[in-house]
Amino acid sequence: MIGAGKIKQYSNVLDKPLSKGKQEVSSSAFAFLFSELVQYNQTQVDNIAELERRLEDAGYAVGARVLELLCHRDKGNRRETRLLGILSFVHSTVWKVLFGKVADSLEKGTEHEDEYMISEKELLVNRFISIPKDMGTFNCGAFVAGIVRGVLDGAGFPAVVTAHFVPMEGQHRPRTTILIKFGEEVLRREARLEHGNFNDLVKAIIATPADVKYTISFLHSAYDLSHE
Amino acid sequence: MAAIYSLYIINKSGGLIFYKDYGSAGRMDTNDSLRVASLWHSMHAISQQLSPTVGCLGIELLEADTFDLHCFQSLTGTKLFVVCEPGTQHMEGLLKVIYELYTDYVLKNPFYEMEMPIRCELFDINLSQAIQKDRVALLGR
Repeated sequence: MIGAGKIKQYSNVLDKPLSKGKQEVSSSAFAFLFSELVQYNQTQVDNIAELERRLEDAGYAVGARVLELLCHRDKGNRRETRLLGILSFVHSTVWKVLFGKVADSLEKGTEHEDEYMISEKELLVNRFISIPKDMGTFNCGAFVAGIVRGVLDGAGFPAVVTAHFVPMEGQHRPRTTILIKFGEEVLRREARLEHGNFNDLVKAIIATPADVKYTISFLHSAYDLSHE
Repeated sequence: MAAIYSLYIINKSGGLIFYKDYGSAGRMDTNDSLRVASLWHSMHAISQQLSPTVGCLGIELLEADTFDLHCFQSLTGTKLFVVCEPGTQHMEGLLKVIYELYTDYVLKNPFYEMEMPIRCELFDINLSQAIQKDRVALLGR
């Protein structure tokens, strides 16, 4: 066979390492493609809410695939099961693969427990897009919101994800905030997991001999018990 | 005093799709600017035909007593031209920069309809930044 021995032969296709792929694509090519996507969808709808929904659906398909790929390629077939874990996965890993950088910020909503926000000063999809005045608060970031929803849904964190423009002081352009509102069941499960950890902690303390001193430190969501 | 008086962008059939004036000199009302645009379009086309050189692409610079007019024509027939103070240098470079902004912020915008007047916020913002930068560079020269 020509070239045999040069390329390692894998008997099973699943053993083959997944290629990193080409890391960069032309920003112009993407901008034109995205512009066409928006224009096409615009011809298919008769109101803005519908357009937003269609863009979100297009993004959803991307998100579902990205999750699958990244879990396999970067995380050794493991996926996040905790709320903060999956959020930081979206904020850093997913963002880095899709947009070449980590998102500007990840915050927890101040008013509601179940809301989280990923903000970006200049979202890649919005880079060349000016929204006409008559379209009100429409944001093409709906596509990115769809991607986030796809990732979260695929990982078992059903959520409602929306994109909003948020005006910034001293800036010409508003930033885009991706608002994530998790489903009730997600928070209930999260609370249960937290609770489970707490039970473990109590058990550990009871099992510790009385003469051992210990400190408890609270890290993010997990309890860490270390002996002195 | 501003070196650039005004900027025009005309589509391939001679319709004015963008007009902006800078400074007080040479200010025009909407009708006048439309007239200048279509007049320039025709003159440009005629100049191509009349030129003794083969493969002439039309007038690039018109010099008058009180102003200079620099014109840039893209491959698709869209023309950009600036009216400026006589003897202003480096206008070709500025026109290229403006054309680049046009391709970025107008043509990549899904809400812009081809050949129609340009109403893109990002284009306006970046254009005024480019003009500002050009002015600063001019002062430095």
